[in-house]
Amino acid sequence: MKPSNFDYVKPKTLEETLTLLGDGGRDSVVLAGGQSLMPTLNMRLSAPDLLVDINGLDELSGVKLEGNQIRIGALTRHVEVENSSVIAENCPLIALAMPHIAHPAIRNRGTFGGSIALADPAAELPACICALGAKIEIVGPGGDRKIVAKDFFKDLYETDLKDGEIVTAVEIPVTSSKTKIAFDELSRRHGDYAMAGLAVNAIMEGKKIENISICFFAISATPVLAEGAAGILNNGILDDDSLGKAIQQLESDLDPLPDLYASRALKMHYAKELLKRNLESWMS
Amino acid sequence: MSKFVQVTTTVNGENVSRSVEPRTNLVDFVRYDLELTGSHVGCEHGVCGACTIRLNGEIVRGCLVLAAQADGGVVETIEGLSESGKISDLQDSFLTRNAGQCGSCTPGMLLTADSLLEENKAPTRTEIREYISGNYCRCTGFEAIVDAIEMTSKKRRGGS
Repeated sequence: MKPSNFDYVKPKTLEETLTLLGDGGRDSVVLAGGQSLMPTLNMRLSAPDLLVDINGLDELSGVKLEGNQIRIGALTRHVEVENSSVIAENCPLIALAMPHIAHPAIRNRGTFGGSIALADPAAELPACICALGAKIEIVGPGGDRKIVAKDFFKDLYETDLKDGEIVTAVEIPVTSSKTKIAFDELSRRHGDYAMAGLAVNAIMEGKKIENISICFFAISATPVLAEGAAGILNNGILDDDSLGKAIQQLESDLDPLPDLYASRALKMHYAKELLKRNLESWMS
Repeated sequence: MSKFVQVTTTVNGENVSRSVEPRTNLVDFVRYDLELTGSHVGCEHGVCGACTIRLNGEIVRGCLVLAAQADGGVVETIEGLSESGKISDLQDSFLTRNAGQCGSCTPGMLLTADSLLEENKAPTRTEIREYISGNYCRCTGFEAIVDAIEMTSKKRRGGS
């Protein structure tokens, strides 16, 4: 199908962008990479009357190492993150996740900030940044603010973004020498939407887990941090016994949302299996 | 606000300037406004890869980019790549291995394969499959397509 008609404007500055988005009289939407927006327009699932194309805002693009933080500009393309040596060296979890995001032609256009702002439940990056304890930078009519990733994702495609606000960057703490990570997803075909996915970020001293974040995606409406399971594993030795208990704890931590392809029970099975496979590989 | 936007771009080396509706996507722009019908339209939501076009040197989904976004950019379609001779060996391999079949996915496959071989001179069959996983062949002739891409890569490296 073809989209409904809309107006198109490509602002040159962030200030101009905020003015355009702040015009309450218009149903406007931000066009970044467009790899999720364009399908919804083509299928007429959405019909805004103004597209504000932010691709001219160069200041929103790029990966920078700033002290012990990595700052990824919202407009940074997936392909750039995938090929970034700063990411590979300082944030291997993101590097591991990138090839799972759709296909090369889509990674050439899709943006880091777009994936965060859209908050697709099956998306890889929202789960990664929750596991990493990242902060999201937001600019809007009320000024700048930062929010911890896990508080940003509210519900299915719903975030903490208020009217007229846009995501400008994500700040991720750099990994330490004791960091241990895992990323895995189950999908029918490479690049397809995940049926269940897992991002884990831990600090380990030998076999002892000092601190672990376990985040699932494509299980519920938002990325879910399995805090009970993490609590069981924290400050303990990772072995069959502790892992078994943590896997069992997922029954309480997760409340899977069934979809077209998987029932609640099957989603739970996937989640348990992902945690089992990935943390068992740490023991060997 | 104007009902039309002006798009000035280079398409297969030629400068073009057209006034289009903002909602016109890049693949419809090249097909209908420029009459370059080699780029195909399949699903129109980014899944099938039939509409693959190069924009500023990178392959993109022609159905997920607006023509307006190509303003000031460089567009290359299968017509341009064919005429330049850049992918003639790849096209020969597709013929040799009978990787064309109905031909609907072929332009997109060729552009995607070309992009892969630029990035990776010696891809494994698994890497080829991963790279073209966003391009659907509904004749399901993937084996022959992978053969053709592998054959081109080997020939370019001086093998047979």
